[in-house]
Amino acid sequence: MSETIEIVVNGEPHAVTSGASLLELLAALELDPRAVVVEHNRRIVRRPALGDVRVAAGDAVELVHFVGGG
Amino acid sequence: MTTAVDVVKDIPLTIGGRVFHSRLLVGTGKYRSNDEMMRAIEASGAEVVTVAVRRVDLDRSKTESILHHIDPKRWFLLANTAGCYTAEDAMRYARLAREAGFNDFVKLEVIGDQETLLPDVAGTLEATRILAQEGFKVLAYTNEDLITALRLEDAGAAAVMPLASPIGSGLGLLNPFHVRIIKRRLHVPVIVDAGVGTASDACVTMEQGVDGILMNTALAAARDPVAMAHAMRLAVEAGRTAFLAGRMPKREVAVPSSPVEGMLD
Repeated sequence: MSETIEIVVNGEPHAVTSGASLLELLAALELDPRAVVVEHNRRIVRRPALGDVRVAAGDAVELVHFVGGG
Repeated sequence: MTTAVDVVKDIPLTIGGRVFHSRLLVGTGKYRSNDEMMRAIEASGAEVVTVAVRRVDLDRSKTESILHHIDPKRWFLLANTAGCYTAEDAMRYARLAREAGFNDFVKLEVIGDQETLLPDVAGTLEATRILAQEGFKVLAYTNEDLITALRLEDAGAAAVMPLASPIGSGLGLLNPFHVRIIKRRLHVPVIVDAGVGTASDACVTMEQGVDGILMNTALAAARDPVAMAHAMRLAVEAGRTAFLAGRMPKREVAVPSSPVEGMLD
């Protein structure tokens, strides 16, 4: 069985499989990578690189999109 | 029907090298329903719609992406940095917005005070300079202050957006004189942002010669947002046309309109 680690996603603690990529994190959250922008430890990760960046325990991930605003 | 374009020669609004045919820009916040919002945006005739950058709701119980409703092929999405109180935060939001992949325009807001939502001028200038260097087309929300507007233009702003009155206040154009001076002195477009409450406010604002108006609450908080959006479209067009037509001088004495000769004895 694969080990899980805890990261922070949008300010909330979140358990993921150790060594998971950001792309795998999005898949687990059922989010379309084309519909969100991903920030990993304060650095923007462009879509083509989402599969290459792996999360480590304690990492902070922000997932944002556009909402109504003035 | 005769429209303004038939009788008055106007040039389209160009911001950061991009041409827009409507001088009314609208927000997408605070509508009672998405259906009402879409009908209001349609009625406004706007091409540019503003959006905010926020966290995805991971349990999907609340906000969905605005892109479920607004087709980015049909409308030009202008991301804002609303809610940011430092230059650093605003730049972070701007960079995230650009990464969404639609364009490199940003409506920059660096707010200085929670009660009035008035802009932090120093922070706005700093963020404008850095974002412009990074290739952003910055539309900078600011006070109706000429010197700040000039500094923003120097800093590389693609457009300067002085307020009519505080965000969401609906108080209308409080300082037409300063807005007119800003327009007269700047080379980049001047888009009045915030404070317009009803159609007469929009008309008076456009009569100052500014290039456009951005509004949100005036539509969203109207009893009938769709009808108000239609009224605003007409008001912006009327105000623009009146500006181009050139108003008569104001006089403090009456001047008769009918001949004074030919009166009966």
